[in-house]
Amino acid sequence: MKALVITKAVLEQHKLSEEEYKKILEILGREPNWTELGMFSAMWSEHCSYKSSRIHLKKLPTTGPRVVQGPGENAGAVDIGDGLCAVFKMESHNHPSFIEPYQGAATGVGGILRDIFTMGARPIALLNSLRFGELDNANTRHLLKGVVSGIAGYGNCMGVPTVGGEIVFNDIYALNPLVNVFCVGIAKKDRIFLGKAAGVGNPVIYFGSKTGRDGIHGATMASDSFDEQAAQKRPTVQVGDPFTEKLLLEACLELMSGDCLVGIQDMGAAGLTSSACEMASREGTGVELELADVPRREPGMTPYEVMLSESQERMLMVVKAGREDEVIAICRKWDLDVAVIGRVTDTGKVVLKENGQVVAEIPAKALADEAPRYDRPSAPPAYQEMLQALNHDALPDVKDANAALLALLDSPTIASKRWVYEQYDHMVRTNTMVRPGSDAAVLRVKGTNKALALSVDCNGRYCLLNPYEGAKIAVAECARNLACSGAEPIGATDCLNFGNPQRPEVMWQLVLAIEGLKDACEALNVPIVSGNVSLYNETNDLSIYPTPMIGMVGLIEEVDRAVTQWFKQPGDAIILLGHTREDLGGTEYLKVLHHREQGSPPLLSLEAEQAVQACTIRLIREGVVQSAHDCSDGGLAVALTECCVSGSDQRWGAVVQLSLNGLRRDALLFGESQSRILLSVKPEQAERVLRLASDAGVPASRIGTVGGDRLVIQVDGDQRVTGCTVDLELTALYDHWASAIPRALGRD
Amino acid sequence: MKIGVVVFPGSNCDHDCQYVFKDLLRQHVEMIWHKETSLAGLAAVVLPGGFSYGDYLRTGAIARFSPVMGAVKAFANKGGLVIGICNGFQILLEAGLLPGVMLRNTSLNFICKDVYVKVENAATRFTNRCASGQVLKIPIAHADGNYYTDPVTLGGIKANAQVIFRYCTADGKVTPETNPNGSLDNIAGIMNADGNVLGLMPHPERSAESILGNEDGRLIFLSMLTSFGASELQSKLVGA
Repeated sequence: MKALVITKAVLEQHKLSEEEYKKILEILGREPNWTELGMFSAMWSEHCSYKSSRIHLKKLPTTGPRVVQGPGENAGAVDIGDGLCAVFKMESHNHPSFIEPYQGAATGVGGILRDIFTMGARPIALLNSLRFGELDNANTRHLLKGVVSGIAGYGNCMGVPTVGGEIVFNDIYALNPLVNVFCVGIAKKDRIFLGKAAGVGNPVIYFGSKTGRDGIHGATMASDSFDEQAAQKRPTVQVGDPFTEKLLLEACLELMSGDCLVGIQDMGAAGLTSSACEMASREGTGVELELADVPRREPGMTPYEVMLSESQERMLMVVKAGREDEVIAICRKWDLDVAVIGRVTDTGKVVLKENGQVVAEIPAKALADEAPRYDRPSAPPAYQEMLQALNHDALPDVKDANAALLALLDSPTIASKRWVYEQYDHMVRTNTMVRPGSDAAVLRVKGTNKALALSVDCNGRYCLLNPYEGAKIAVAECARNLACSGAEPIGATDCLNFGNPQRPEVMWQLVLAIEGLKDACEALNVPIVSGNVSLYNETNDLSIYPTPMIGMVGLIEEVDRAVTQWFKQPGDAIILLGHTREDLGGTEYLKVLHHREQGSPPLLSLEAEQAVQACTIRLIREGVVQSAHDCSDGGLAVALTECCVSGSDQRWGAVVQLSLNGLRRDALLFGESQSRILLSVKPEQAERVLRLASDAGVPASRIGTVGGDRLVIQVDGDQRVTGCTVDLELTALYDHWASAIPRALGRD
Repeated sequence: MKIGVVVFPGSNCDHDCQYVFKDLLRQHVEMIWHKETSLAGLAAVVLPGGFSYGDYLRTGAIARFSPVMGAVKAFANKGGLVIGICNGFQILLEAGLLPGVMLRNTSLNFICKDVYVKVENAATRFTNRCASGQVLKIPIAHADGNYYTDPVTLGGIKANAQVIFRYCTADGKVTPETNPNGSLDNIAGIMNADGNVLGLMPHPERSAESILGNEDGRLIFLSMLTSFGASELQSKLVGA
């Protein structure tokens, strides 16, 4: 073994502080060797250990009557009845996707899929949340194209439909894009598999792809900030092989249908190191592995490289002793490499040998659970007050509502994402009832009369301006999207994307955002059952907007009651649920028309939110709702436009009358007040719907009627003031909305 | 009557085809592992969509060497009914059971969306439940659906009414704008000269139930059953 002098430079290279190194010395009672140092570095990285966020994450609500598996395993699981569970999680692959967009995004999809099928669930849907810079930047266009084809390349080949997601374009993400992937699977409730190395003497089996030199120290790279030298980190990006992963999926599900499997975990971040020590740590056992038996892509790999490789499509499992042959036969049937590489022990240690010689020996718990935890200092940034200050009087009110609406529809953040989702197979497995392009995707669950609704959401600008309110809104809007399809939210996963936690202002954002998530999840009764934290999202000292992404699963008890967002029939009454206030702060309108990202985001009353959602779900269940759509980016005018133009078959216009009630015209049309939902109902049902809403304490008003080939929004008192009424042909609205992204990309 | 659905490594529409035949049309379905060498006892064989062998090298190029393909050829040569959907179509081309090749889509992107196809020949074992010229709405999902062949072969298959489906507008006009992938002559599906092997890029199994938005694709599977005189009553009753 290499003689080792642990210098400051070596520690820096491994992203370990001197304090952390001292703790390692204490744990081992000696100096670590090179392999051990690498293993600590990976497992104690921010990415694997959550060392800056863990004490705060504990505040999140994670329990509830439906929760079958909460955080701490490969994914969370909630009961959906009929003996089935929805198994889900969201993860980030931000740093790799910036360095190498195709492979970074592809392996992000691959990683989250493995987390789901490792639990015994067949993945049924993928969604993603993406953040890029503005599309006038050539590198952003390159990143968008690469990320989208990477997601498509992996998900399509796997045969798991990508059914939805969201994308926001903002310069703040130009040098640090976000790629978050949310995956949902279905498992039998009594057949959930966990990552545990149980049963002393049981064999530890490696299967999947061979181990190569790719992705070494990916976890450590993902826990670092970026600068101009980022491209040099390309070798730390893994390379995906979706075909092998498809074989791995089928082999796993076949193995799981028998009774030989004891525990299983994928080799994701920190590769064999994390799977081995986490499986042992969870069960309080140890494992002893012979590294010479690990299938390798090339000769001459050191134990350090074998243990820290993040080669994709690999799994580690513990099976019942004596059942090795049948397990090996199933892996071979699917043309996968497979080898018994060790045994479960009772030593509590991960012991690694190479050709019989011990090359590393570390207590499993020390690696997996005893990483330092930091309560890092937090303080609001000096610029926070400036950000929140917005003098409405200094902003001219809208003069040409038509032009303002078209400008918003031209904004890629608001425009149709068809260019993106047409590249994703969103129909394979024949469950997709509501395809991408509505508030939530809806998938029927075969063998039951139920459907699941899925949505992802987060407004990073709101979170910048007010991390607590912004995070609350992320949860509320995600749930509102589900409610608009008729689904009751039953569980959530989070993916917390923030800057460098060693900056007090970033910690301040993180802590407040977690408070917001907690309060909103508690109020709306949605447990967070899994999640991921991605810190150090900063390049050249510039942090991204705090972006706590939420993925949520909703349950529709009667499959034929699912509803979509677009208008269905001329003559239907348009009803607005909720209150419109003067909420211009942090809006897309302010950004696009006034080039400001300022002000206080809309304030959200969780009580009002809960009422409006419950009311919508109830109305949909009663079958009186033709369409339901959440009012969000771009406000009421954009939401109405989307109701008119987002349907795939037929498009219907509308005539709407709104009252100012003392509001500014731009706030009425484009403000982003929360807890508002646009319904269309059969005209004969309108009175009843208004009454039911009023009984439920939800403000509701009939604002117009579906029909025609124009969208007309008349604002009272404005008829004689030119330009303050929206009056546009659907074809014009559709053209702007549908072609904004292809047009922006057409420059190349 | 038993329908066989071949499972190649990387097939991913195998379950969807199984679901249509078994759960919707109440037929016996056997999943055929690609290493099988016999298709005895089957009435029809489905080569499903997906990414067989990852579509590495070229779509369908490796799958055609799978042991089962020898049996599929023998089955087809004896007049057995074979349908290849998407990747299955690509494999049939590579295996020489249908003429022509597939190129990348002209956009170079994977495309997943509903398209309309016109039934050019309704007098086949795959389309007998359609009217001639009928327009079907069926989704596509592929990166390599740009059908190409030489002019002589094209002339031959057209003259012989082997072009079964062409991309068109909702009201049946075959126009360049409706061609999603650059396919020669808007071709979406072709048949062999003997009329027992069909390949098509659209996925009829994805539009075979009203809950998924439309049932047009079901006509193709019903036509296959009709060609065997299978109980229509039974298949109509289920899931209709």
